[in-house]
Amino acid sequence: MDKMFKIVEKWKIWFSISLIIIVIGLGTWLIKDLNYGIDFKGGTVVTIKIGKDFNVEDIRAMAAKYDTKASAREILEGKKVEISSKDFTDEQVSQLFNDVKAKYQLEDTALESTRRIGPSIGKELRKKAITSSIVATLGILLYTSFRFEFKSGVAAVIALLHDLLVMVTVYAVLQIPVNSSFIAAMLTILGYSINDTIVVFDRIRENRRLGKYKSFAVTADVSITQTLSRSINTVLTTLFTITAVYVLGVPAIKDFALPLIVGIISGCYSSIFIASPVWVLLEKKGKVA
Amino acid sequence: MRKKGTIAFIISTFLILFFAYTLLNGLNLGNYEVKPLKSLLSLGLDLKGGVYIEEEAVGQVSKEDLERTRQLLDLRINNLGVKESTVAIIPGVNRIRIEIPGIYNAKSALDAIGKTGELKFIGPDNNVILTGKDVADATVGVDQRNNQPVVQLKLKDEGTKKFAEATTKFIGKQIAIYMDDDMVSNPTVQDAITGGEAIITGSKDIEEAKRLAGIIKSGALPIKISPATVETIGPTLGAEAIPTSTKAAVVGVSLVMIFMLLYYKIPGLIADLALIVYMILTGLIFVSIKATLTLPGIAGLLLSIGMAVDANVLIFERIKEELNLGKSLKAAVDLGFHRAFTSIFDSQITTLIAGFVLYFLGSGSVKGFALTLNIGVLCSLLTAVTITRFLLKSFVNSGIITNVKFYRPSVK
Repeated sequence: MDKMFKIVEKWKIWFSISLIIIVIGLGTWLIKDLNYGIDFKGGTVVTIKIGKDFNVEDIRAMAAKYDTKASAREILEGKKVEISSKDFTDEQVSQLFNDVKAKYQLEDTALESTRRIGPSIGKELRKKAITSSIVATLGILLYTSFRFEFKSGVAAVIALLHDLLVMVTVYAVLQIPVNSSFIAAMLTILGYSINDTIVVFDRIRENRRLGKYKSFAVTADVSITQTLSRSINTVLTTLFTITAVYVLGVPAIKDFALPLIVGIISGCYSSIFIASPVWVLLEKKGKVA
Repeated sequence: MRKKGTIAFIISTFLILFFAYTLLNGLNLGNYEVKPLKSLLSLGLDLKGGVYIEEEAVGQVSKEDLERTRQLLDLRINNLGVKESTVAIIPGVNRIRIEIPGIYNAKSALDAIGKTGELKFIGPDNNVILTGKDVADATVGVDQRNNQPVVQLKLKDEGTKKFAEATTKFIGKQIAIYMDDDMVSNPTVQDAITGGEAIITGSKDIEEAKRLAGIIKSGALPIKISPATVETIGPTLGAEAIPTSTKAAVVGVSLVMIFMLLYYKIPGLIADLALIVYMILTGLIFVSIKATLTLPGIAGLLLSIGMAVDANVLIFERIKEELNLGKSLKAAVDLGFHRAFTSIFDSQITTLIAGFVLYFLGSGSVKGFALTLNIGVLCSLLTAVTITRFLLKSFVNSGIITNVKFYRPSVK
């Protein structure tokens, strides 16, 4: 008898864990909404490097002169401030910078970046996020069905949706700004997570050909066990590089790296604890019907 | 066989390290010089700083008008004396993307390029005398009387005639000069001007005169445009991002390499060599297709490095299983590569499906990220299978180390 972990029979536990996480995420989404960045909302964001200790309230007050609804956020690394407004004009941005510059005795180079996004971009971005997720998911479903079987394809896609929902949970709970990199993060995890699932399914395909194992559940458990050290090692190596980016990178890239880290872990989890049990359930259902 | 394996392994290892060193540090052999790879990389605006603008066409416009507008905008930016700027139509939407490196004032850039640029000379009777179409050339000069910068116009024949008639008719009266809806100046006609030359005063400084001349010379845009996205990236952001990203890359890659070596031992060492080849290859492809490195692109590259070893992990785990079944070292290596192939192939193809969707539907920096990810996946598919296989087989054949203990992880 081969060594194996009994994963499939405890599917209720695994599904519950995921469900709880996803319900928390969707709940937060409904109550607090996602923190849409200016890529989606439109508006202006100005980043100024102060370079010394400052009170973010002072800067908010300076910004309120031009737009009472403007907000200011302190970025700890590098002692920077990020001022956002929906209605700043280009004139006001340079006036505001001059005000801040005078108060803190800064150089012109302290103006790190300004970003103004028109309201039309957000709509387009939303459309793109939805279209690209659907097209990629369908493509993966088609390929997996073609190389394996339709039920494997469905199981793989359910695991993918799981990962996407976990990612949304991260964005909602941590209130990470949702900008265009959100789409990139989502699709990267889509591509990464399917990779893990396919490796397990490939093993299931091979073990079924050998015809050694009696039930779907045992076949799945054996296949998961056989690919387990690979799954863990690949996650580890990927996490090494992406965590290095998260720890050492500039703030702009951190907002991108964190969801990726969570997505990579979720992708590994779902390929073991979601995709294979779902596949077994689908196959069993097929048998009864 | 043994000797052949040893030689093949030593030579290839030497070549890999030599290439890696050369591309990292450059090489100088007499009059033949290889530049370090990083000096050949073109950096995105987010790394070198500059102004990024997306101009949106107002209302329905034809493809021809959009292309004509793009050319005009390009001309106007060239008039600013900026090198390496990009002006491109964004497919699918009526927008033009403008990247101007080295300029950090979005407002002056917008003033210089974003105006429709309709020049009009209007007489006291409110009739249009001249438009931008009548102008043959526009240059910047200095008014001798007060040392103020002016724009000098050279009119076409038709315009010369019209201007001569109007200035004869309106002596002592004012002719207003408008740029779009703004009145630039409102001079009083002193004499009839028949030589086909006109002067526009009223520019604050030489820069403003230059901008005005540039717009007049390039001609009016056929459509109205408005800025949908305006970004300024100061020079400090990139200066900060490059060293931190480099540090992240060095730390991340070192961790991966050390892990592979400690866990998989000899195959791990070979995976590390293959990883170096992978990085060389990715870098060369990047430079040769003139891809632009952006901040998310760096993240994509680093992510793909983590994923690149995946194919090797799959193979080595298979080799371990075969060794555990009691197969000989050579047989286990052969079978390992053979058995792992379908899973490597299928898993990378599905990753590419997502990557290509991202590339074709994404925009801007997202596209850059997708490109690096796709190049990474393709290279890893290639190096993991071919390079690792060749090196591992050569090393096994060399018989330097035959104890299987060094070919499988200690973890069972």
